[in-house]
Amino acid sequence: MNEFVETLLELTWHEPKSSYDVVIIGGGGHGLATAYYLATRHGITNVAVIEADYIGSGNSGRNTTIIRANYGIPESIRFYNHSVDLYRNLEAETGCRIMHANKGLIWMAHTESGMRAERSRVQLNNACGVETVLVDPIEIKRLCPQVDLTGGGRYPVLGASFHVPGSTARHDRVVWAYAQGAMHRGVHVLQGTSVTGLLRDGDRVVGVKTSRGDISAGIVMSAVGGDVSTIAAHAGLRLPVRTHPLQAFVTNGYAQGLGPIVSSTDLLCYVSQTARGQMLIGHEFERESSYSRQSSFQFLQSCSLKMAYLLPFVRNLKILRQWTGRCDISADFSPIMGFTGVEGLVITTGWGTWGFKGIPAGGEQMAELIATGRTPDLIAPFALSRFAADHPMADQGSTGTR
Amino acid sequence: MLTIVCPNCGPRAVEEFRFGGELPQPPDRLTDDFDRDLDRVWMFTNADGVQTERWFHEAGCHRWHTAQRDTTVDRFID
Repeated sequence: MNEFVETLLELTWHEPKSSYDVVIIGGGGHGLATAYYLATRHGITNVAVIEADYIGSGNSGRNTTIIRANYGIPESIRFYNHSVDLYRNLEAETGCRIMHANKGLIWMAHTESGMRAERSRVQLNNACGVETVLVDPIEIKRLCPQVDLTGGGRYPVLGASFHVPGSTARHDRVVWAYAQGAMHRGVHVLQGTSVTGLLRDGDRVVGVKTSRGDISAGIVMSAVGGDVSTIAAHAGLRLPVRTHPLQAFVTNGYAQGLGPIVSSTDLLCYVSQTARGQMLIGHEFERESSYSRQSSFQFLQSCSLKMAYLLPFVRNLKILRQWTGRCDISADFSPIMGFTGVEGLVITTGWGTWGFKGIPAGGEQMAELIATGRTPDLIAPFALSRFAADHPMADQGSTGTR
Repeated sequence: MLTIVCPNCGPRAVEEFRFGGELPQPPDRLTDDFDRDLDRVWMFTNADGVQTERWFHEAGCHRWHTAQRDTTVDRFID
């Protein structure tokens, strides 16, 4: 159990019951948000969220906390824009401070083709009602004076798209806000409980086998990060998902302060300043798939070199911590939400490197899907069946990966 | 994982190689042609354990080889 969760929040922890209406596997942002919205929007509180470790210990505690909606396909822009709106009102709605800060996001391009991509991103974002503007190098310098426009002489900055709603929030607090909101309404959160299999009745999924006994369920949702293929395999399901490690690190405090979130579409690294003043720096995911959470020196070396090209002041900072998360990279670089074709099992996965920003909208829409038994329009394009229908939501260019 | 043993060149630095992904292996229980094609194109076993996968020695002999790796700990199996 996590001492922070237990001392900061007034929560009652329960022993597992033998049966719930809804069982959610995975006590991260998506699982807890779904439970929260089931309780608040639909009055469904006979719900258990099962977490193998402590809540928020997986990717919800390992991401780089960026919230944005500047995607490259209309379906994604609409979905993430809804998430941006929900995040904006989350403190007011839950009464928990999530340290939400609107900073703006600079996506820099270093090549003509990179600029072309940013121009079309700006057009498409505006057409979908999302405020993203094209900025030239002079404007970049005004927004963020620390940027080296020559890119260390190797990666000259030609321009950028500036995503005005770009924000950050404290990841733990988002998890705890949803957990607290759900638990106060009667949802059971079972920490330290691992799911070892699924209970089947013919082809139907009717519950989960756990390290603390079998639990039957009206419907089971997998909100697992990292081990989703293992959970799906228990139901005979194969997913278009590969699990890759992703690393990030923080430096010591930078007193002067960095205004916006800075990201490079060509160097594929990004930085924001945490509320504590540290520089939080991330990178694209590792090339080879793996479940290992081993951090590497090579990553620190290559990522800090790239960041030093863009923001020379980071050379004077020290690296404090580095860590690794497991990203479920879907085959088309978009999330997978909804029914699975296996009765009694719904899924939210494929959250790759874009899971944190999708937590509120993903949770809200999955709660509606579970409560009504119908797929909401907002997430219909992200159904697993899109692959069989040959309608992938391909948008790799918006994910900060190559 | 710092080195990869190339069958042609011996142990070389991991940076010389490009990862080719897991070997597509649709399960035998899929018999329908469409289902097999769908699985081959889009689906992955994504094993948390031993995975059979392809590697390309890009900065070396420029040949592909197949290797087995334990993805749980990211180590090759001899």
